[in-house]
Amino acid sequence: MTPEQHLTAYILRLGDNALVLGQRMLELVAAYPELEEELANANFALDYIGQARMFYSYAGELEGAGRSEDDFAYFRPEHEFKNLLLVEQPNGHFGDTIVRQVLFDVYYLGLLEALTRCSDQRLAEIAARAEKEVRYHLRHSAQWLVRLGDGTEESHRKAQRSLDGLWRFTGEMFAADALDEAVLASFGGPNLADIAADWQKDISTIVDEATLSIPQETHMASGGKQGMHTEHFGYLVAEMQSLPRTYPGATW
Amino acid sequence: MSEQVWPLYEVFIRTRGGLSHRHAGSVHAADDQMALDHARDTYTRRSEGVSLWVVRSDRIVASDPAETAAFFEPAEDKIYRHPTFYDIPDGVENL
Amino acid sequence: MYTQGLDKAGKNEVANADPETAEQLEAFQARIDAEEKIEAKDWMPEAYRRTLIRQISQHAHSEIIGMQPEGNWLTRAPSLKRKAILLAKVQDEAGHGLYLYSAAETLGVSRDQMVADLLSGKAKYSSIFNYPTLGWADIGAIGWLVDGAAIMNQIPLCRCSYGPYARAMVRVCKEESFHQRQGFEIMLTLCRGTAEQKAMAQDALKRFWWPSLMMFGPNDSNSTHSAQSMAWKIKRFSNDELRQKFVDITVRQADFLGLRVPDDKLAFNDATGHYEFSEIDWQEFFDVLAGNGPCNSQRMAKRRSAHEDGAWVREAARAYADKRAAQAAA
Repeated sequence: MTPEQHLTAYILRLGDNALVLGQRMLELVAAYPELEEELANANFALDYIGQARMFYSYAGELEGAGRSEDDFAYFRPEHEFKNLLLVEQPNGHFGDTIVRQVLFDVYYLGLLEALTRCSDQRLAEIAARAEKEVRYHLRHSAQWLVRLGDGTEESHRKAQRSLDGLWRFTGEMFAADALDEAVLASFGGPNLADIAADWQKDISTIVDEATLSIPQETHMASGGKQGMHTEHFGYLVAEMQSLPRTYPGATW
Repeated sequence: MSEQVWPLYEVFIRTRGGLSHRHAGSVHAADDQMALDHARDTYTRRSEGVSLWVVRSDRIVASDPAETAAFFEPAEDKIYRHPTFYDIPDGVENL
Repeated sequence: MYTQGLDKAGKNEVANADPETAEQLEAFQARIDAEEKIEAKDWMPEAYRRTLIRQISQHAHSEIIGMQPEGNWLTRAPSLKRKAILLAKVQDEAGHGLYLYSAAETLGVSRDQMVADLLSGKAKYSSIFNYPTLGWADIGAIGWLVDGAAIMNQIPLCRCSYGPYARAMVRVCKEESFHQRQGFEIMLTLCRGTAEQKAMAQDALKRFWWPSLMMFGPNDSNSTHSAQSMAWKIKRFSNDELRQKFVDITVRQADFLGLRVPDDKLAFNDATGHYEFSEIDWQEFFDVLAGNGPCNSQRMAKRRSAHEDGAWVREAARAYADKRAAQAAA
């Protein structure tokens, strides 16, 4: 693979994370605990979907094969999506979604910050735009985690369980594969070891403030970055793609 | 039930630099930070603002409509406070 | 409209502790007649206050329940652009519900109470949201027809005599101006697409046409609260006037799309300059309003479970805030 091909695959992976997380959030519309949270989360989901579109469009240009954002979203099979397992996990209750959000956004924010300094200008620009959005999401979800952790006994118990349950999906974020290394080497991309260190620090600050504890779990699940997903994911993809797949060639 | 009720906050937006904050509406929130987030996510989705204020609705002190006459009518006959009260002949400039 | 239930529900619920004097009522009506805006803390007849609470809260409930039929297609929107637009629209509905609840709260009723009335089935919402969205074209039809009908009703409400309601409606109308257009654009794209797509559009129009006409509420002759609401300038046009206006405008748009309006008696009357149309199936209307539409129980069940599932979260936030406040005070 050429450096440009690596970059293309890397950007697609960024798009996949954003789209899949956005898609999960859409499932929650009209089911949030309070009306104001509907508005907040719709804003966040719109941000993720917007980011996916920017990443996919740019990947399509780099690839040069005429594929559009929708081709990537709607006409790739499950195993060609390379998103993290964390973002595809089912929504569960509000505590689960907030924990998923915090664990991912701390990582994603670090990644985007690093990408604003990469040598590919377009990618750096997209990352700069996304970074502002994600910084706000994190502010919102971290505050919520603190409220849940330090709220009632019930919310504390639930939030701790959510954290315990999702923890094993966090290792994958920092396990650098060939693609991560290639983009680091050729484009000055993110160094996952640095991001991991910052993540540990930031997460423990938030978790502390939330009066929760870092899970003892050490086994980490992985596979998403290589296209090996959890069972839930096939349904998400099938549902999302159903219309364009049923009527190929149609314009909507 | 009442345990769950979040207090009401009034939201004020400065639409752009140089203008004053103006009342936009209200949101419910459990605390001040949340109120600010909710105000942002509810009232600035179409780039309506550059600055936000939120204040608990129950902290606002308002004049009483029953006293409107006593409060505001006395100002009505002080027309000499307005520049249009004064006759200045044509030809006088910079006044 | 979003408050169809008003035209039927509640006869004389005004039971007053403080009797209203004829002078008060006259002075109030004089303010209304002079097109003055009534504000939250102003004196108002109890019946005016109650009518507004009912109307505004029903309107708010309609926005909130209205998120569901469109939300049904968010995960399946056929392009990322459509997905984003639809989400922005559904989000607007949440926002409009919020603005309206806030407007009603100025009349001394809590949002909590209004939500409780919705969940208990005491409060109504627009019949239209009890119809299912069975295909993507339904998203187009809702934007085009349902939002189109809503706009007819909402624009006059921007001049409603109650200030907080009028101001909320100004914001709502401003934001909603894209809703109908995006719906029409979906229909247009389908009608210019494959034969299968055009059939989807036709099917959606067939199912949503009559429910859209029902949104305007009962005929004027059967609308119990209309006269008083008109006198109070809460309502400025009658149900039938607005419905006629909607038909006149929409039939031409259907022609443009090349779609057939499902009414064999539909005909343009040169003398009146209006379209004539068949009688609405009022039995269906009242059935849906009474809770027996295709989706009433589904919509309510979803709203109820969202509310109940969120209770621990709302409590947690409140408990956290109380702890912080206690710390700050110590």
